[in-house]
Amino acid sequence: MGRMMREGRGVVAFLTRRRGGGKIDVADILTYLCLLVGVLAMFGPVLWLVLSSFKTPASLTSFPPTLLPMQPVTMEVAGYPEPLRLVDVTFPDGTTRRLAQVRRVGIEVTMVDPTDPAGEIVLNINEVGRRPVEQVYFDTANYSGGVQSFAFFRYLRNSVVVTVVATLITLLINSMAAFGLSKYRFRGRDAFFLIILSTLMVPISVIMIPAFLVISKVGWVNSLWGVIIPGAATPTGVFLLRQYMLTIPDETLESARIDGASEWRIYWQIVLPLAGPALAVLAIFSIMWRWNDFLWPLIVLSHSELFTLPIGLNAFQGALNTQWNYILAMTVLTLLPITVVFAILQRYITTGIATTGLK
Amino acid sequence: MESVGRILSRPAAWLGDALDLLLGPLQRLVGTRRMGYFFILPNMLVFGIFILLPMLLNFAYGFTSGSSILLHNREYTGLRNFELLLECDLSFLNPGSGNFFNPNVCQYDRFWRAVNNTTVFVVFQVGIMVLFALVTALALNRKISGRGFFRSVYFYPVLLSPVVVALIWKWILQPQGVLNGLLTGWGVEPQPFLTAPDWARLWVIFVSVWAQMGFHTLILLAGLQAIPAEMYEAAAIDGGGLWQRFRRITLPLLMPTLMVVLVLSLIRAVQVFDQVFVLTSGGPGTATLYMVQFIFQTAFDQQNYGLAAAASLLLAAALLILTLFQLRLGRTSEIA
Repeated sequence: MGRMMREGRGVVAFLTRRRGGGKIDVADILTYLCLLVGVLAMFGPVLWLVLSSFKTPASLTSFPPTLLPMQPVTMEVAGYPEPLRLVDVTFPDGTTRRLAQVRRVGIEVTMVDPTDPAGEIVLNINEVGRRPVEQVYFDTANYSGGVQSFAFFRYLRNSVVVTVVATLITLLINSMAAFGLSKYRFRGRDAFFLIILSTLMVPISVIMIPAFLVISKVGWVNSLWGVIIPGAATPTGVFLLRQYMLTIPDETLESARIDGASEWRIYWQIVLPLAGPALAVLAIFSIMWRWNDFLWPLIVLSHSELFTLPIGLNAFQGALNTQWNYILAMTVLTLLPITVVFAILQRYITTGIATTGLK
Repeated sequence: MESVGRILSRPAAWLGDALDLLLGPLQRLVGTRRMGYFFILPNMLVFGIFILLPMLLNFAYGFTSGSSILLHNREYTGLRNFELLLECDLSFLNPGSGNFFNPNVCQYDRFWRAVNNTTVFVVFQVGIMVLFALVTALALNRKISGRGFFRSVYFYPVLLSPVVVALIWKWILQPQGVLNGLLTGWGVEPQPFLTAPDWARLWVIFVSVWAQMGFHTLILLAGLQAIPAEMYEAAAIDGGGLWQRFRRITLPLLMPTLMVVLVLSLIRAVQVFDQVFVLTSGGPGTATLYMVQFIFQTAFDQQNYGLAAAASLLLAAALLILTLFQLRLGRTSEIA
């Protein structure tokens, strides 16, 4: 964030500065223009969602939509029990007055001047221009109404449990396997590695039916374990960690053995810390996979108290009679946690992925 | 990050000690060398039960019929499921039946519809996405300020759940949505973006490019930055133009990365499911019905596990061919 602040110091300075000094040329301007259009395309839809989620149901259905959430301005006028809507009325002679609308019958509309509430003014709507006065208003009713039927915190808890537990288990068993495959010589080692590698391209979508049978035999249908465990033995993770551990010299392990360290201690206290960068990358990937996982949880979970955020949101949007205003607000709630995490850790995440995508 | 590590280090040390106490006797029992088996055991167990076993069971489903998911209640029917999938329903309506490359053939058949749709989706989605990602990466690789900011913004949609992505776009594209609002403002008729087959196909491709492009941009950018600057300096001395530099230096040196990106996105595109499931649910009609949704619905909505398993075996075969193709391409690009 600090970096962005510094960059935002002055728009002109920002736009004309370049790495390594030198003047800005046409190609640079074109580059920035394209990049900014890209930013609008990538982030605009999210921004539109957030703005829309604060609109009242009435303003959501108005077409064409307004950019900001708007609400009609009303005013208490002496002598009238209900607050009245303010309207800018343009008269045939070109003058404009801000009046409060009392009622409308057919083409006759009855107005009153809020500053002089004594006399009512009757106008023909065909003879005057009328524009309702509106103000920017962020309505939070969509959020308070939405959470009545969208158990956000329960889904969030389930998502966090699945993501954290699954990532820890993935890191543990993948790194153990990678350690075993890279630092020991035993019969069948290469065969094991090849079998794991061969499933690198076998996605859950190909084996969902028998995998569901296995899960139901184990008794994990409608259990978070059924979501967590099957995906934990990732071939990607084993491969990534094994390649990394191969670069750790065997002499390091040998000298620890001479000092009397057990094999477990060598793994836990020497190899794991040395494999830190690779573990971090696998952790990022695992968190991304698990947090956004959809097809497999959709198959395993059917009790709503076990839903993760994506499954809960899908059920919520698919439910009959669910209004767009609630869907929008709950979609914003769903994207909030990952957005906050990304805002804090974006540097680690983007560089982490960039460094391994190549391997 | 370091502070998190420090907080975690103490319980981690305790856990390590506790397990060491348990595993010491095991090591004395089996010997140092065989501890390798112990280390791969947990992963192999999970892998064997939840990946390898299902892979084998898939054949058992593919060659049997019946509505029960329990294998002993199912009846062996040989290649019947595959025949059912591959034959065209209502083929008598189609004069050119038998020629599967004719897009008008089997248009009433859900399986062939899904195969057709998936093929078109894969070609366009991967093509457009890799092109966009490459152009973005090239732009970000120039000497510009704010690169970190741009990189993060482009990457952000990758982190969003497919359900969220689909809902964002469903809201924008709905008949009364902002896009139609803009069109009306410019005097263009509102369009049925998600209810007309061609529009729906187009938007499904666009939305998935939007959601996944950032990931591939990131990888391509890393590949571009790995190209040593001296290469370009040498080219500048030789007086090569922008296009020449791209063709002679950037493209060949980026090729391995480009291959990785291409294969990753191909394999992902073949499995397209979740965004589309929420955005159009395969509609209108079967306009955006893809393979994985066909398998999912055949299995879990219609309880026709045999047919679904047969379809997933065919999908697996397609993925296998793609993988082998990639290995071959990888070899030739190494030679070149």
